[in-house]
Formats: sequence, structure tokens, C-alpha cells
Amino acid sequence: MKHFTNLVASATLAFTVGVTGMPVAAETPANMLVIANRIDDITTLDPAQSFEFAGSDVSRNIYGKLVNFDPADLDGGYVPDLAASWTVSEDGKTITFTMREGVTFHSGNPVTAKDAEFSLRRAVTLNKTPSFILTQFGFTPDNVESTIVATDDMTLQITTDQRYATSFVLNCLTATIGGIVDSKVVMENEVDGDLGNEWLRTNTAGSGAYSLGSWKPNESVTLVSNPDFYLGAPAMERVVVRHVQESATQRLMLERGDIDVARNLNPEDIAGVSGADGVAVDSELRGRLMYISMNQLHPILSNPKVVEAIKYLIDYKGMETSFLNGQYTIHQSFLPRTYLGAIDDKPFSLDIEKAKALLAEAGYADGFEVGIVVREAQERIEIAQSIQNTFGQAGIKVNITVGTAKQILGEYRARTHDIYVGAWGPDYPDPNTNAGTFAINPDNAQEAGHTGMLAWRNAWDIPEMSAATLAAVVENDRDVRATMYEQIQRDHQATSPFAIMYQKIEQTGRAENVQGLNLGGAITAVSYWAVSK
Amino acid sequence: MAMASNISKGRRKSPFLSLLVKTGKTLTTVLVTMLGLLFVTFFIGRVMPVDPVLSIVGERASKEMYDEAYRALGLDKPLIVQFLYYLRDIVQGDFGISVRTGFPVANDIKRVFPATMELATLGTIIGVVIGVPLGVLAAVKRGTWIDQVARVVALIGYSMPVFWIGLIGLLIFYGILGWIGGPGRLDIFYEDMIPSVTGMILIDSALAGDWTIFKNAFSHIVLPASLLGYYSLAYISRMTRSFMLEQLSSEYVTTARVKGMSEAAVIWKHAFGNIRVQLITVIALSYAGLLEGSVLTEIIFSWPGIGSYITTSLLSADMNAVMGGTVVVGLVFVLLNIFADLLYKFFDPRAK
Repeated sequence: MKHFTNLVASATLAFTVGVTGMPVAAETPANMLVIANRIDDITTLDPAQSFEFAGSDVSRNIYGKLVNFDPADLDGGYVPDLAASWTVSEDGKTITFTMREGVTFHSGNPVTAKDAEFSLRRAVTLNKTPSFILTQFGFTPDNVESTIVATDDMTLQITTDQRYATSFVLNCLTATIGGIVDSKVVMENEVDGDLGNEWLRTNTAGSGAYSLGSWKPNESVTLVSNPDFYLGAPAMERVVVRHVQESATQRLMLERGDIDVARNLNPEDIAGVSGADGVAVDSELRGRLMYISMNQLHPILSNPKVVEAIKYLIDYKGMETSFLNGQYTIHQSFLPRTYLGAIDDKPFSLDIEKAKALLAEAGYADGFEVGIVVREAQERIEIAQSIQNTFGQAGIKVNITVGTAKQILGEYRARTHDIYVGAWGPDYPDPNTNAGTFAINPDNAQEAGHTGMLAWRNAWDIPEMSAATLAAVVENDRDVRATMYEQIQRDHQATSPFAIMYQKIEQTGRAENVQGLNLGGAITAVSYWAVSK
Repeated sequence: MAMASNISKGRRKSPFLSLLVKTGKTLTTVLVTMLGLLFVTFFIGRVMPVDPVLSIVGERASKEMYDEAYRALGLDKPLIVQFLYYLRDIVQGDFGISVRTGFPVANDIKRVFPATMELATLGTIIGVVIGVPLGVLAAVKRGTWIDQVARVVALIGYSMPVFWIGLIGLLIFYGILGWIGGPGRLDIFYEDMIPSVTGMILIDSALAGDWTIFKNAFSHIVLPASLLGYYSLAYISRMTRSFMLEQLSSEYVTTARVKGMSEAAVIWKHAFGNIRVQLITVIALSYAGLLEGSVLTEIIFSWPGIGSYITTSLLSADMNAVMGGTVVVGLVFVLLNIFADLLYKFFDPRAK
């Protein structure tokens, strides 16, 4: 029977030798940036359609825009990009951009005002999900011929339907949808009048620091540097973003030196790599907010004292330091930090006694019963449970209903909820993206059906605050505009049926030798061109 | 005896017809199975409480955009009509567009299936090469320490959670010892460096004669394949052992021994020869199981295979992709079954 044993033994041996003989790279090449990230949300690379995080990360590095954020100074707001300068007409409706000289697309074609005209008209005409970012200024497929016009190769004029704050318009042009595409290349690939939408889904035609090497859904995105980039050839000649689902796997790869950046480390793995040699941890604010809101159609929740009491019945600190640790930080106003006009006031903390007093004043000393609807997402359910516990301490009995996104959102839109546990991410890099939903309610009637607005969804009737928010939209002085938003947020904080609780933070593990990586904060996406090793 | 000769005469009359009937029967079975599979996946897909439109247009899309996408998906038509359209497209090899990746589902599957196939094939080879001798050995040495060890090995393979053992394996062999490549099919540096012919990197790199890439790919596949191999080994060796025990206790084995045959001949020629057919079923089943894609293994090792493809699609309500993936997996199952049937005929003297 000896040969059985031999067989097993030799198989094992062959296996072990095969395994041990493998060379392993300990460091990524000096001209290459390798990132592990979850990129399964990319569905298209067309800037007129892309509206997901991982997609914006790709787009920002491929497409230049008229104006853009400088990764070295995000707080400084927009700066010239493909437009070298601009002027605003006296009536505040027309902005005239002068294009930058000597910039070319990856194809070698020059970047002209005609391309900018094509790109913006195209985004409006295609009318995909993010198109509202542009159409809110009155652009429609029917009027783009007269409202978005290249008067010559170097001059582009855009005319809005009314006066808007210039900072509002320009902030919106920094969004992914403001990406300028190579009109010649795109039109060569047009199929059935789709303006190249299908082709741009998987190909790119930009002028930015990188062009697309390859995109394999759920697997990887490879970017290749553009040596002719107008700000100078990027140091990283190739950027590879590989889809790695598991945090623990990302951590191992980072520690082994097989990747430079791990973008989805959970708090345990962040703690694990914190001490490791050659690894640094960055913490960055993102735009997503977590809040609860109270339906003002509810007889008890519409009492201002009750609303105030509830804001003192949330264990902000307790949740932040336990299950939200490393993922959310306390934030209590509707503009995420790093947005124009954001404030950092945090007037509320868990105070059962104060809440009880307020409830007694409102006539509910013995508490009441109320429902909370929450969708089946782990952290939101945990928030609801924490709230159930702290509300209980003040005598408010909470019934939690967990449902699918569709069910819960349906209830919210129909205004049939009591209390809703929600998350809100800004759509574009201007304060109006949140102000326009948290602080405007044009008509509170049920028939008005402003289901896209959070204030309406909670039946919060605010004619004065709506007017103030609309005034901020047309204020041309950037600093005055910022002050207006600060004031609106303070009023909102005090009176609104929204208890805004947290802002998302993202922790990233990075090889120490990687310098200059900016993930874009709450306001934009990642920039690879400033990275060096 | 007379009856037997009649039958064989009848067969001789029209061997072509009988072949035709057999092929027809097999084809009908395949078709009915596939139709049933399609029917079930389609209707489960439609009654699931997810909104495929919402996952395309996003929560904040206007009513018009929502309705447009709704119509574009054909959801405004009656269910049965949708099903017929779906069948028509599938017959033409069109599984629709994946809403999540934006590519035709057929393309996606062409990309992810070879990755799974490569892993599953290697895993099965490991399982067979080690599992079968181990099972035979355990049966022959029944009750000894060798048998005990083999059973413990199989038991561990059965009961260890793949998530845990995969991570521990990565931690030790990749993280600490650095003997193997990490997650993914290749070091990122080597990606896209060889032309894709079969989609299986080991084969493609061998075809291209690029042994550096071959070695690199091997260093990446070795751990996940060993893991899957271990699972299939556990199953195969256990089954081999029990098949062999049954044979070794039969009278013909005793007779053969009494006749003075060598022990090796008794075990291999007689006993093993008789379990080959059963073994083929076991191996085919185990192979088919691995071809479905082991979701957890694929996730831990960032292996872009069909298991994680179907799962991620399911989680994002991408029903075209889920149904396409399920149909392919189903087809593989059916084909492997037919293949195992053919092998029976080859090995089983009675089937001849």
C-alpha cells in the first residue's frame, strides 16, 4: 500500500513547492498608484449620466470642466479650469466664459467653446438623472440653442432663465455633469441619435489628467496619464482601482504593500493598521447626513415643544462612539462641513431631564406613543433602536417599523410616517442642494405633491424660511450669500422638525510614501493628478 | 435469452433511429429543465419586493424619468408577455442589458464565468487527485490511525467556515509569509498584459508562452483553489471511502483474495473498478457545485467570478443579470449531467 502514501505525499509536496517558489512584489511601482475600493456602483462613465461616487472618482480625473475645485485648496471654492476667465452681465443672467488657450483633448483635438457648448447642450438634451443640476437654471432641450451658445471658438455664453447667484451656477458646473467632452470624437460614435451616450458609457473622450485604460465592471478601472495635461504631466502614469469588497482583504493588501490606498477599511481594520509601519490613516469628511424628521401632520409631533424635546432625546455622543465610530461624526445643521456657508454649531446633546421638562410644558408629561419607520439598513436600524431606548426614558413609547427602501420611501413621500430615520447626500457642490430641500416648501398642500422636498415630505410649512432660502439663491456676493446660509441654518436648527445628527466621515489607509492624495471632501471627488510617491 | 436476442435484433435493425430517439429524449429533458428554470427565475425575479426602476434612475428622479425607464424595461406589459419577450431574447442569446454594469449580460458572463471555471477546475483536480486516493486508503486501512486522520481531515473540510479559513489562509500565506499572491487573479502590475483567449489566465498565459504571468496567476489562484479543493476533497474522499468499504466487504473480493490475487489487483482492478461509475457522479456533482461560483471565496479573494456577479446583481435588483447568471449555471448543471451519463456508458460494462 506504499504507493497510496507516496501519491498523497508527492501531491502535497508538488503543491507546497509550487506555492513557495513564487516571488512576491513588496511595493507597487513608483509611477503607479494602486487603490482598493468598492467600485461596483459604476454603471456608466458618461459625465451626462454618471451619478455615483465611484463614477465621479473616475470622471473627475478624465474630464476637464469650465470651472473646477483645486485639490490643494477645496475650501477656496471653484477656480478656472478649461475656462480661463468669465464675466457676468449686468442683469446677472448671462455668464460669458473665455476658454483657456492651448488645451487639447486626449484625441489631440483642441478644446474649444464649441465643445463646451456641445457638452452642456448634450447633458440637457439627454435628460438623464443628474440633468436637473443644469435644468434648474431654466435650460431645456428646446431652448439650449439660444441659452448655451459658443459665439466663437474661444467664447461661451450661457443665459439662465432668471438671475441666480453666480456662485450657484459655477458651483453646479463643477459637478460631474459639467465635464467637457470631445464633440468630434463623441459624434463619430453616435448611434441612432443617442449623442454618443452608449459609447461614452464605456469609453471616454476628455481633456483631463487621465484617460481611461480599461473598465471591467466589478473588477477594476485603469487610468492612463495624459502627458499633455495642461497643469503638467501627472507623476502617477497609471492609476489602477481594483474592486476589493472585504475590508480585511484591503487591509492585508495594504500591509503587504500590494496597494497604496485602501478606501473601505472598517473601524476595526483602521485601528489595526494605525500602528503599522509605513501606513498612514486619513480621515475625510463626506457629504452624507443622517437625520430624523417628524411629520408635522402628526397632532403631537407638530407641537414645537415636543420637537425641541426630541432633539434632546438623542444620544448623539453614545452612537458616535459606539456603532457609528469612524463612520459618522456629530453634525447638527443641514449643510455638510466644507460646503459654502456651513456652520459647526452643535446645540443639542442627550438631556433627559430637559426633554422631560419640555414635554411637561407641552402637556405630555406622561409621554405618548409614536412610530418610527426605517429601512432595512444596519446602521439606520441601530439608530432607531438607540432612539427607542432614549425616548423611552422620557416616557415616549416608540414602535419601530422596518421595511424595504421602496416601502419606507413610499410612506415618506406620501407623508404617512410619524418619524423617519433618513440619510441625505448632496447632489451638487452648492449649498442650495441641501437648502433647496431642507429649507424650502413652496406649497404645503397634499395636492402640491412636492415629493422631492424633505420639508414638504414632513409637512413643514415655512413661507418665511422658503423666501430667505430663495433670496440666498440669487445673492451675487459670495460672502454675503455664505452669511445668509449661516442664518438660515441657525433658524432651521432651532425650529425645524429635523434633528440632523451626523455627517459621514471616511477613513482611508494610505502607504506613507503616497503624498498629495485628495479624496474630494464632501464637495467633490478624488484627484489623482497631484499625487506623488 | 430469447428475449435478449430479440431486443438486440431490434436494435440492429435501426441503430440510427434509436440514436435519434435517445438524442431527442435528452434534448427534451434539457429543454424542459431549462424552461422550468427560466419560468421559476423569471417569476421569482418579478415578485421580489425590489424596484428595478428605482435602481436605475435613483431615488430623486422625476416622475417622467421613472415612467420612461419603467416603459423601457417593458414593465408596463402583462407578466406573461414579458416572459415571452424574455424567452424570445434568450433564444437569440440576448439576456438583456445589466442595469448595474451597463453591459449586455452575455458579455458580463463571458467575462466572469471563465474566472470561476478556472478556479473550479483546479479545485476539482486537487479534490480528485488527493481525495480519491485518500478515500481508498482510508477504506483499505479501515479503523487504523490512517482512517481516523482521513476522516478528521474530511470533517474539518466540511465544517470549517470558508470565510474564516480563507481569511486565515490569506493572513498566513500572503500577509505573514508572503509565499503567495494576494487577492485578485493577477498582481495589478500584470493586468491586461496578455491577450484574452479563453478568459482563463493560466491557459491564456501558457498559450502566449508568458511564464512570468503564468507563475503570477498561479500564485494567486493556488490558495482559493486549494480551499475549494479542500472542500471537494472532503466530500470526494468521504464518498470514495464508503463506496470502497461496500465493495471490499462483498463476496467477490473475498473470492478474489482466496484465489490468490495480489492485494493491489483486488483493490484497484476489482473494487475500484466497480466504484468508478458512482465516483463520476460524485465528482461531477462536486464540480458543478464549484462552477456555480463560491460566493464567499470569490468575495474574500476579490475573484471576479459568477458567484459574486450573481450575488451583487441580486443585491442591486439587477434581475437581467441574476436571471442570465442563473440560466448559465443551470445549463452547466444539465450539461455536466449529460457528460457524466456519457462517461457511465464508457466505464460501465452493463451500459455497453
